[in-house]
Amino acid sequence: MNVADKLVAMVLALAAFAVVIGLILFVVSLLERRGARRVAWFFVGPTVLLLIVGLLYPAGRTVVRSLFDAAGSSFIGIANYTAIFSSPDQLVVLRNTVLWVLVTPFVATIVGLLYAIWVNGARGEAVAKALIFLPMAISFVGASIIWKFVYEYRFYDPDVRVNPEQIGLLNQLLVWLGLQPQQFLLNQPWNNLFLIVVMIWIQAGFAMTILSAAIKAIPMEITEAATLDGVSSTQLFRYVTVPAIRPTLVVVLTTIAIGCLKVFDIVRTMTGGLYGTSVVANEFYTQSFTAGNQGLGAALAVLLFVLVIPIIVYNVRQLRQAEAR
Amino acid sequence: MTTTPPPIQVVLPPANGTGDVTSTLRATKRRLTSPWATVAAIVLATVWTIPTFGLLVTSFRPAADINSTGWWTVLTNPNFTLENYEVVLATDSSQSLLPFIINSVVITIPSVVLPIFLATLAAYSFAWMQFRGRDALFVAVFALQVVPIQVTLIPLLTIYADIGVAGTFWAVWISHTMFGLPLAVFLLHNFMREIPGELVEAARVDGAAHVTVFFRLMLPLLKPALAAFGIYQFLWVWNDLLVALTFAGSSNQVAPMTVALFNLTGTRGSQWFLLSAGAFVSIIVPAAVFLALQRYFVRGLLAGSVKG
Repeated sequence: MNVADKLVAMVLALAAFAVVIGLILFVVSLLERRGARRVAWFFVGPTVLLLIVGLLYPAGRTVVRSLFDAAGSSFIGIANYTAIFSSPDQLVVLRNTVLWVLVTPFVATIVGLLYAIWVNGARGEAVAKALIFLPMAISFVGASIIWKFVYEYRFYDPDVRVNPEQIGLLNQLLVWLGLQPQQFLLNQPWNNLFLIVVMIWIQAGFAMTILSAAIKAIPMEITEAATLDGVSSTQLFRYVTVPAIRPTLVVVLTTIAIGCLKVFDIVRTMTGGLYGTSVVANEFYTQSFTAGNQGLGAALAVLLFVLVIPIIVYNVRQLRQAEAR
Repeated sequence: MTTTPPPIQVVLPPANGTGDVTSTLRATKRRLTSPWATVAAIVLATVWTIPTFGLLVTSFRPAADINSTGWWTVLTNPNFTLENYEVVLATDSSQSLLPFIINSVVITIPSVVLPIFLATLAAYSFAWMQFRGRDALFVAVFALQVVPIQVTLIPLLTIYADIGVAGTFWAVWISHTMFGLPLAVFLLHNFMREIPGELVEAARVDGAAHVTVFFRLMLPLLKPALAAFGIYQFLWVWNDLLVALTFAGSSNQVAPMTVALFNLTGTRGSQWFLLSAGAFVSIIVPAAVFLALQRYFVRGLLAGSVKG
């Protein structure tokens, strides 16, 4: 297919879609004219159908499949799940996932919160925010390439007088400081933290935007009163700002935590999950598509599902409480 | 933001006792944005920007230079070229990324349009129509946001193979549509409920059919919400790797930019001249969309997360 063919295929698809929608609406208006009242299913039907085919049925299949062996032919009960919690390789995957979920949300939120406060009401606030927020628009693949280049390592031998120049910024900084360059993405277990940095870099902008909106929504009277009482800016932050935006903080933390559970692109692009950096979402892909272990892959996907649920339940409960107050 | 003066003029000077007595409001602001805060903000913004800036500079350097010296050496020894971009955007070369850029466009447009339309219809019926099981169904759709797409990939791949669309644009379009629907229905429903009910009821009493109400009343009022979700879905689809990798394969027939760049990072030996230029071509589109429509995007983000 050349360029024209692809574009034609796209336009045809859009036209076909328009025809289907048009037909649905036409039938609805015919029925309505005849006095039929139950036309709602024509509106909601396509969505419900797609969700059953695309989410509900596959999810059920995957749960079943997680109880079968690598080839998907014989039933093995919960053996795939016990494998996840007992094999040394899989335990590293779990450890890394926990590390991602514990470190990223807190650091990203703190950075985002501080920055939101620092630039709040400052001149050029919009530009300052865009600088931090822009990584959100970049794909995880693009972000990974950007950071791979920061971490880039050139062979270095302390015994040789003239070594090649470093082209990665971080290693050059080490050289300038008189230290030896490091293989940031290879040295375990620290390489996990260097991958996490990429996620923090992306998510801080998200945290900053949401928290900034929450801070601006704090009634001016409260901050005014506190200022009149002579509190310092640290006290203002501790006793006024943070309590006032607590529900939003919970939302931001949990949203980033869920993002971290599902993180795939960064790990895949930067290390491929090698050198002890794999996480559940990446291991799912490896087991399902390259290692050919369908059962274990399915179990990892289900595990991901199970891990997401308590975070969302906590999130919704916090929101309910905030609304009830 | 308009700064309304406080209703009661404060005569006492603020506790820190500096010049402007009347406006405690401004004093509050000053407290929060001290010189140190400004310095810290500038440092953070710089640290956040340098990685991207470094790769941008790199994309304009000759391949030989990239592999031998750091990008910061251009400060003392400037040497720029457009060669990397010429290779990446060439119409006839094995290293060209152009087919993948086209694929990204072809994938993204229907993947944004389809879920928006379907979700608007569904959200309308959830918001303004009466039918049995409506509330339960809405909760179910809302709850489906929890399902990670990993859970669905392999069974879907089997379905696509059975109906013969595996490895075509159709598989990618349909997948993105299905995955985007729960959030779209939820967001659009929230916006739609904010439209005063009297408006819809008045139209219905006047004898307007649902189709008329949908097109004449809802769509115009929903424009900001549609834009918000559209941008959200656009960024998500354009930046996606997992769905594309699973359903589009790696050939330049269907695979988007993200897959092409991902494959480049896997090849041994550093092709930084291709990677840097390619990354910037793929970044420029979402960044431009984001900067142009930032207000809508943030609004969508806030509606999605704060209401949650």
